[in-house]
Amino acid sequence: MPETMLLIPGRSSKQGTSLNKGKLGEEYLDITSTVEIDVDEMTRLGFNSGDKLRLKNHIGEAVVTCVPKKAGHLPEGMIFIAYGPTSSRLMESDTAGSGMPLSKHISVEVEKIS
Amino acid sequence: MTECIQLAGGKVHDPANGIDGDIRDLYLEQGRIVETPSSKPRKIDVSGMVVMPGGVDIHCHIAGPKVNLARKLQPEDHRRDPHPGTEHTRSGAGGTVPSTFATGYRYATLGYTTAMEAAVPPIGARHVIEEFHDTPVIDKGFYVLLGNNIFLQQLIKAGRKEEFRHAVAWWINATKAYTAKLVNPGGDEPWKGKKNSNVKNIDEKSDAIEVSPRQVIESFIETVNDLGLPHPPHIHCNNLGHSGNFETTLETMKTAGDKRVHLAHIQFHSYAGEPGKNPKSASRQIAEYVNEHPNITCDVGQVMFGKSTIMTADAPLAYMLRGFKKAKWVNADTECESGCGIVPFSYQEHVYVHALQWAIGLELFLLSKDPWRIVLSTDHPNGGSFMSYPKLIRLLMDREFRREEIKRVNQKAINGTILNELDREYTLNEIAIITRAGPARALNLKNKGHLGPGADADITIYDEMDDKEAMFNAPRYVVKSGEVIIEDHEFRQDYYGKFLHTEPGYDESIVSEVRPFFENYYSIEFANYAVNDSYLHDHEVIPTV
Amino acid sequence: MSENIKVVENATCTFCGCVCDDMILTVDLDEKRITKSKNACILGKAWFAEHYIEEDAPAAMIDNKPVSIEEAVEEAARTLVNARFPITYGLSDTTCEAQRQAVAITDSIKGNIDTTTSVCHGPSGIALQGVGESTMTLGEVKNRADLVIYWGGNPAESHPRHFGRYAVTAKGMFTPRGKKDRHVVVVDVRRTPSAPAANQFIQVKPGKDFEVLWALRALVKNRAIDPDIEAITGVSLETLQELVDRMKNCRYGVLFFGMGLTMTRGRHFNSGALLALATDLNEYTHFVAKPVRGHGNVTGADNVMSWQTGYPFGVNFSRGFPRFNPGEFTTVDLLAKQDVDAALIIATDPASNFPQAAIDHLAKIPVICLDTKTSHTSQLAHVAFRTSTYGINTEGTVYRMDDVPITLRKAFDSPFPTDEEILTAVKKRVRELVLAKGRARGATGESKAAAPVQAI
Repeated sequence: MPETMLLIPGRSSKQGTSLNKGKLGEEYLDITSTVEIDVDEMTRLGFNSGDKLRLKNHIGEAVVTCVPKKAGHLPEGMIFIAYGPTSSRLMESDTAGSGMPLSKHISVEVEKIS
Repeated sequence: MTECIQLAGGKVHDPANGIDGDIRDLYLEQGRIVETPSSKPRKIDVSGMVVMPGGVDIHCHIAGPKVNLARKLQPEDHRRDPHPGTEHTRSGAGGTVPSTFATGYRYATLGYTTAMEAAVPPIGARHVIEEFHDTPVIDKGFYVLLGNNIFLQQLIKAGRKEEFRHAVAWWINATKAYTAKLVNPGGDEPWKGKKNSNVKNIDEKSDAIEVSPRQVIESFIETVNDLGLPHPPHIHCNNLGHSGNFETTLETMKTAGDKRVHLAHIQFHSYAGEPGKNPKSASRQIAEYVNEHPNITCDVGQVMFGKSTIMTADAPLAYMLRGFKKAKWVNADTECESGCGIVPFSYQEHVYVHALQWAIGLELFLLSKDPWRIVLSTDHPNGGSFMSYPKLIRLLMDREFRREEIKRVNQKAINGTILNELDREYTLNEIAIITRAGPARALNLKNKGHLGPGADADITIYDEMDDKEAMFNAPRYVVKSGEVIIEDHEFRQDYYGKFLHTEPGYDESIVSEVRPFFENYYSIEFANYAVNDSYLHDHEVIPTV
Repeated sequence: MSENIKVVENATCTFCGCVCDDMILTVDLDEKRITKSKNACILGKAWFAEHYIEEDAPAAMIDNKPVSIEEAVEEAARTLVNARFPITYGLSDTTCEAQRQAVAITDSIKGNIDTTTSVCHGPSGIALQGVGESTMTLGEVKNRADLVIYWGGNPAESHPRHFGRYAVTAKGMFTPRGKKDRHVVVVDVRRTPSAPAANQFIQVKPGKDFEVLWALRALVKNRAIDPDIEAITGVSLETLQELVDRMKNCRYGVLFFGMGLTMTRGRHFNSGALLALATDLNEYTHFVAKPVRGHGNVTGADNVMSWQTGYPFGVNFSRGFPRFNPGEFTTVDLLAKQDVDAALIIATDPASNFPQAAIDHLAKIPVICLDTKTSHTSQLAHVAFRTSTYGINTEGTVYRMDDVPITLRKAFDSPFPTDEEILTAVKKRVRELVLAKGRARGATGESKAAAPVQAI
């Protein structure tokens, strides 16, 4: 049963440094397709570090790797990803007349695939 | 290579050379006016038309950090007044704070060919010069804000006059400015550091800096005159807009003694009455003092009804004005150097204060005895847009029109003034003085504001009309540096325009004094502060005097 | 490492909006690499260290085949002039000098121009137009601020030197003890790596920033607020009241805010609420606010757009003069609506970070791309230019996040042209083509010189 969660894309140090090596580089692509989930929540959902998850919503879907974030940093139901091609695939293009897509507040269904 | 041009048969108004409507031919070559041309000139028949030097705006806000913030702030200001491009010109946006291209072209369409941006924080000098690159046709320079500069105030406090002089000269050079500008001297520190308070009195010392506005004013008047900058310190007095402020203005002028000083937008500083209550006119007291002191020049800062944008380095003033409507307001603090406030505004005929401000401005024009020392300005866009200059000229030249306009405004305000008793009408020559010859002289721009041999060939040619507003609204020809930019009311080419600045001498050792202050209190590196010569392009260094 | 070493002092890092100008770069001129970047943060070090010249890479390509720069300029100009709805986009990672040329091109072709501001702090720009702002240069924060609040931003990772250089540990005129003279608060929906730098962390429920900001405004004005505020927002009334007391009683307060406000539910309302809060507080003390801008010269792009067109982003010239309308003339909207038939993309990579629908349309139309490296966008481009990097190979002007302009210093020469050079060449050719097109349609340029181009 997929779990509905809130995906928050943001900047991270590693995303920033790997970006300089090139957006087509393996390191950047790895970092921008890795999600962080609260360690206790991972246990609750039965995910292990390194598991492949499918994130899916009405826009599209993407496969990501999950890693645990130590307790107290991410509230329940929230997952964090560094900006990049993966988050684009799940991003609504409607801007509600503002020019800005809702890039930091993306509802996704999360499912473990391996 | 510019062509040689003969402007034939026009009625020339060149007051600097004693010419008042004589029929004369003018010859232009290599961007200058010449006695006789070296080759056969292209003849332009301007008979029946009025020929004047290009206009010179001594005080306006047209480029730099606060102007651009005011642009960003007001899409509504631009939307109702688009500025389409032509084959020769770029497009832009108008309103009270036009885009750079629209600013240059619109000045040109009024026959103005030089304009001085009146308030730039030193750290924003690079920004203003960048905008100047995109401000076509007109020549332009700027005054740098030094009156609330903390380092300079510390030198004043310590009585280190010599170092102060070198430091002021260093700042003029580092920013490529034209002169020093003081705005509400001493007022920034209480505003930023003491919960938005202000200095109220020219002799009040702020707690943190321990220097009074008068000490700052005195020091700059002495130093800028010593340095021989082409234009004296350009002063926006303390207490702008407050009832009873004329006494501060008089004190400021007295502080100058017989030394050169320019008082900016003096209308805003000519109010009697009690602080906190409705203002009254003090134009007689101010005009009298200016009339009797030939060391003083001023510009009026006339209020014109309609939309304006208040933008000023006087942050407490903008906050006070914000209080009336609680509409959008900008405050912008610049480290160690300046404050800034922006408020969209509109002057309305029926409002007592606005009508009084309008009347006081006109009183000052009409009471002034020496047109060479009072300059036409609206403190654009504070009192109104420079686009309202033609209407202002008509108000000065046409008594009947003025009377009709007086009837339309708040009569209680008018009754407190002597405006109805003033019958004076400005002549064309006097208009040529207050819009060209006078400001050029006050700026020591020896090649501008006149049409004698050697002058810059910046020339405006108007169809002579009874309706002076219509006449000054649309010159038939505008010539800039010998190039015919506007012909038959239409743009025939684009033109870049020069950047005007000055380079007073100073002792290099002052750098070792400024640098440590920088390293402690600024957020950019000292080595990256001064504007380098790559920003200059087409420019002219106006010599010290 | 060769013997041919040069040291460049007071160089500027243009990676993020901090635009730190105190870099000391050691440059190996033979290797064409920066071997050391003293004073740089982790992001800056990577920015300089990873910058090397790919000598073999072609300077220009058409459909992924190498061509001369002249051919590419010609093809770029023709593509833009022949398009019915061309757009220009990007500009945040290049100099103001290049940005000025980009606006000129777009004016000539009556196209649409927008910058990465529209997907970063565009909503804050809209908010500014609604409510104004009380703001400052960063040196004022260093010298004066005794209360610093970060809201919806994570400078520890996005702007690593913001704390030390400007706002938290920085020592200034009235803050000689640095952090000891300040109270620092971080407000966010997650406990970010920035939280430990603060005296206080306040966690807001996702999407509830507006409610918290509005409650603070009410409390500042001594109005009652919903007693269930904690259930709604995750923040207790006591916490809010305590924060309000701090804000009202500080000497010089600062609210920094990030894309946690602009990219979530509420967008410009969030930014507007925060700007209004800072404004309100000026009834009690001196208070300022500032968006923590991202790219090296995104602030310059806002400035150039504003002075040339009157508007900061999202500008359309189709009627022969600039019009502004976010949501209509902003790039994500234009691409997603599939209105656009050619795109000039400068110094950004929308194909890697736009919503998928926008990327899909970009892949269908001729794209002209200027970038220093191969990117997702350059790979799908019809005409791709490789240009030199600003602040490393190119001088010019950039604006820090607080609108302070800084002149860049060059570390070493690149074989590739600058953005400004390419755009100037394209502009020149575009103008020739536009004028020729106008004449062909009967606007006689010579005899009636002022025939307006917009009649075309």
